[in-house]
Amino acid sequence: MKKIPRLTDTTLRDGSHAISYRFTPEQVREIVAKLDEAGIPVIEVSHGAGLNGSTIQQGFSLYPEFDLIETAVKTAKKAKIASLFVPGIGTSEELKQAVEIGIKVIRIAVHCTEADVSEQYFRLAKELGIEAVGFLMMAHSQPPEVLAEQARLMESYGADCVYVVDSAGALIPSTVKERIAALKNVLQIEVGFHAHNNLGLAIGNTLAAMEAGAEQIDGTLRGLGAGAGNAPTEVLVAVLNKMDLYTGIELDILMDASEEIVAPIMPDTVKIDRDNLSSGYAGVYNSFLLHVRHAAEKFGVKPVDIMAELGRRHAIAGQEDWIFDVARELAEKNKIAKS
Amino acid sequence: MSKVKVAILGSGNIGTDLMYKMIKYKGHMEVSLVAGIDPASEGLRRAKELGIATSCHGIREILKEPDIKIVFDATSARAHLEHAKLLRRTDKLVIDLTPAAVGPYLVPPVNQKEHLHEKNVNMVSCTGQATTPLVYAVTRIVPVKYAEVIGTAASKAIGPGTRQNVDEFTRTTASALVKIGGAETARAIPVFNPAEPPITMTNTVYAVLHNDDFDMDAITQSVYQMVEEVQNYVPGFRLKGEPIVDYRETPWGRLPVIVIMNEVEGAGDFLPVYAGNLDIMTASARKVGEMYAEALLENKEEVQP
Repeated sequence: MKKIPRLTDTTLRDGSHAISYRFTPEQVREIVAKLDEAGIPVIEVSHGAGLNGSTIQQGFSLYPEFDLIETAVKTAKKAKIASLFVPGIGTSEELKQAVEIGIKVIRIAVHCTEADVSEQYFRLAKELGIEAVGFLMMAHSQPPEVLAEQARLMESYGADCVYVVDSAGALIPSTVKERIAALKNVLQIEVGFHAHNNLGLAIGNTLAAMEAGAEQIDGTLRGLGAGAGNAPTEVLVAVLNKMDLYTGIELDILMDASEEIVAPIMPDTVKIDRDNLSSGYAGVYNSFLLHVRHAAEKFGVKPVDIMAELGRRHAIAGQEDWIFDVARELAEKNKIAKS
Repeated sequence: MSKVKVAILGSGNIGTDLMYKMIKYKGHMEVSLVAGIDPASEGLRRAKELGIATSCHGIREILKEPDIKIVFDATSARAHLEHAKLLRRTDKLVIDLTPAAVGPYLVPPVNQKEHLHEKNVNMVSCTGQATTPLVYAVTRIVPVKYAEVIGTAASKAIGPGTRQNVDEFTRTTASALVKIGGAETARAIPVFNPAEPPITMTNTVYAVLHNDDFDMDAITQSVYQMVEEVQNYVPGFRLKGEPIVDYRETPWGRLPVIVIMNEVEGAGDFLPVYAGNLDIMTASARKVGEMYAEALLENKEEVQP
């Protein structure tokens, strides 16, 4: 394992889930400036649910996301700015607008069995001349061969790289490795891995992915991300240094950014507590956390019970509306049990 | 009683389900032709077995047959643009089940009477047929600043046409929520869930109100009444619990949001019951066809007593 991975920092995208999409232009400017100075090659900025994600279902952005993306583009001197794109939430129109503003990478995310809905957007991204990365979300929910097949579809549409995305933080090193290996086996393009920390394995799983051949990895400063958070970018860089994999990224600057800019806005929810552990254990999408807590309070039920039921129903990314349905049904069941 | 002769153009899942519905539920229409382009298609084979005339030359036979008064187009948006041009030169009425949206949108319980003079009407989308009536049930009581609908269907019930053009689906559905549903602005977001066994179609409507000045009982009654109307032609259409009020942070401040959750179970006429998204399209199209047919028969009686 001597290949140096490409690191994408997604504090300003995945992290927005954790702070209810309330990043300010000033925070974007500060964080991008530090990441860029440290030498992070790709910085992702958008609503947590991707371009146009400002909705009731996901949560509205405090500032228009195109303003935030523009701030990032203007601030970065070397780094490429990326955005996330979920077909159905975003449309071609927003993708074109983001490219006009200056993003250089689009990461197109679909549930890991639905690659065929991404075709028109991969083709558009390539037409517009930007890098296009595929994101197979909730990768724990399908066996390696299904993921490989879906990744091949994305490759055929023009993807430059396909990520195995552990949206629920439900994978362990062995299940990460078999998934990455399955993709490596059939793809000519690069393979990436995006981790969540629900089982305390965000760093460990990322290393396992690299061992299996992943060339691209993700992190967020201090781990600021949906649910239990992600692999902390600064920790990843420190570990890579220890492994003699020198990315050229300056650890000191990342540590400062983590401590001085992100720590003060870090919510207390990004940790492995009962809700986040139960979410990862049940295989529930991480950005559901705050919605689950809201519904639990409204209907007087336990978040862990909602998580378990969402897992049983195989809820996928974008199904925040099912949380209310589940919470209400649990409340009704409890009422019947009491009477 | 005489019946109006109709043709089904397109022998895929939608066309075939529509054919079974026409046979199962007696009304004012009689399927006299099913036209496809694939002579080996299952739809054409089944039509033949039922003793219905078939053609594998697309629209050609339909244009030759002056007795056919109503044409259901269950092909694709691109094909419909061509069909619409050819049919415009005839006296046939066209019910378009594709997302082409050549003619005005039609959602039966909301605006079925408005477009009786139109020769081409469009059935929006599955999510549009399921959620526009619910949005309208709110807007007829209180103004809705913004409506957002989430349409979730089983992956297996979503065909390649929709998959290759998600943009079109979101645009058409949102546009119907404004034009027909009466919301001031709207968005529609599709979700395709691959769970096994396949999930039943579910929809969630969020209706953001301007302020606290609303009568929840009146909204709830209006929604119940609307659900009953839709159930008349889509028996598997039902609410999941009562409408709920929830307060959310929005770009316009902290506002009340009416949350309505719904599911649509198919009748299983040809397609599996989980495919409520397809069932509501064919059931709605049939409902509109019945209305046209009735009007045609009435006019005929007036002219030739």
